[in-house]
Amino acid sequence: MNSLSSSLWVLLLGSLLGLELIGKVPPTLHTPLMSGANAISGITILASLTLIGRAQGHPALLAIAAVSLAFALYNVVGGFVVTDRMLAMFRRRGER
Amino acid sequence: MTTPMDLLHGPLLSEAIDLGAVLLLALGLKGLAKVSSARSANALAAAAMLLAVVGLLLQLQPDPEAWAWIASGTGLGTVAGMVTARRVPMTAMPEVVALFNGCGGMASLLVAFGVALFDADAAGLVDRISIAVSVFVGAITFSGSLVAMAKLQGWLDTPGWTQSQLRHGVNLVLALLCLAGALLLPADPGGLPLWLLGIAATLLGIGVTLPIGGADMPVVISLLNSYSGVAAAAAGFVVGSRLLIVAGAMVGAAGLILTQVMCTAMNRSLVSVLFGGALGGAAHVGGGGGEAGYSRITSCSPEECAMALEQAERVVFVPGYGLAVAQAQHALRELSKLLEAHGVEVSYAIHPVAGRMPGHMNVLLAEADVPYEQLLEMDTINPEFPRTDVVIVLGANDVVNPQAKSDPSSPLYGMPVLEVDQARQVFVVKRSLGAGYAGIANALFELPQTAMVFGDAKAVINGLISELRALGVGRAKAAA
Repeated sequence: MNSLSSSLWVLLLGSLLGLELIGKVPPTLHTPLMSGANAISGITILASLTLIGRAQGHPALLAIAAVSLAFALYNVVGGFVVTDRMLAMFRRRGER
Repeated sequence: MTTPMDLLHGPLLSEAIDLGAVLLLALGLKGLAKVSSARSANALAAAAMLLAVVGLLLQLQPDPEAWAWIASGTGLGTVAGMVTARRVPMTAMPEVVALFNGCGGMASLLVAFGVALFDADAAGLVDRISIAVSVFVGAITFSGSLVAMAKLQGWLDTPGWTQSQLRHGVNLVLALLCLAGALLLPADPGGLPLWLLGIAATLLGIGVTLPIGGADMPVVISLLNSYSGVAAAAAGFVVGSRLLIVAGAMVGAAGLILTQVMCTAMNRSLVSVLFGGALGGAAHVGGGGGEAGYSRITSCSPEECAMALEQAERVVFVPGYGLAVAQAQHALRELSKLLEAHGVEVSYAIHPVAGRMPGHMNVLLAEADVPYEQLLEMDTINPEFPRTDVVIVLGANDVVNPQAKSDPSSPLYGMPVLEVDQARQVFVVKRSLGAGYAGIANALFELPQTAMVFGDAKAVINGLISELRALGVGRAKAAA
């Protein structure tokens, strides 16, 4: 029960942090921010890895966890790379 | 006795790594909201993710078989992600964010299914409730994102039947099935309720997203992005990872704020986006006789337009998605360089929803090397229009419609628009007199100071460049 209540605290404070961090965003950054936040939400890789670590040789569980790892990493790697591609293009006058 | 090796595997180190990763992720998310720090913040967030993975692997100590599975999943996901992210054209950015997002939802869904089907004996009541939440949110995120992607790609239309009120009934039934599945699941995690919940939630994701029109899709993607954070947090409860809970909650909340910001920019409420159906559909019903064509249209050639530009001191371009479709950003940049060399003050007026997603036009123009200081937001540029000599509207329509301010019967009424009708002269470059996203006529086209230049945006801009050169612009400065 203790671990549940501390998890709920973590959930609450994490949500408040998220609300606080994204207060004012210039419209220029809406698209990159959305895709960057999207990449971060691929953090489910941690759940997939934990599942693989716990599977103890259970083949079906290993397979399903590995597939979820691939999906989540597709989200993470693709998201970060595409965000970087967009942000690399924002330059001031004369900057190269 | 404690050796340094023990410490490396101890809970203390992995706690420290987790805390460090959370801190870096938060800093990364914060930095992403500022132009000057955005790129390094993105790299920081990626580094934080890597750190979290390394910390987890140190703690898990996978056996060789597990390593093989980890390696294959990692290889597949990384290569596919790299290829997609590098190949995708900037114009397709909304689709690709939707696709990535859907895959993130799928991952949470699979984790929950994995635990429910094969590891449920060890799961307590809280874990089982978390499984239900994770399946529900993961499935909606997955199917909703894929529908959003397909609609943006033009693979899916908005079918007429989805606009009937019946859809609310269908979605309500699906939602009740989800609820039933979720309530029954904790008693029997690997059985029928799991499948009921998974299938009903997948269908619900489709049922809710399908009726929404293309113009509102960015809001939906942003909302689904928020859901995928929630799905990640739910998966965190399932496997007992606090790092995952906090990161998921952070992204979920941030996504919600971003969704709200977008809705405000489009003058739409979240409720009307989600339940109101397509805006175009509503406009056709309520529009009455307003679309009976235009009566006082003036059209002109690129040559006349070039002459006006040559005389102007201050020019504002209003780019819309039509510009991006014609791939004319680079030609536009060339045109503005030419005018700047001639001493003309050039800026770009960016409506918050220009392009296909807020901020999308900024990305497209940045790709063409336009310095971002020249991109002016609506609130900055609107007071400047009265002292602007020439406005050129390129492939934008609804966002420059003056009826949004003046005509309460217009479906656009109340939407913040660029007040280009205040400028001395307006040229609208357009292929034809077709309607915009909202499917309604634009009073701007009939104003006395407006002239239409018909043609493909890129061809017209290139025409303007050669006309200006013929007029001696580009050489004139050197001679004078």
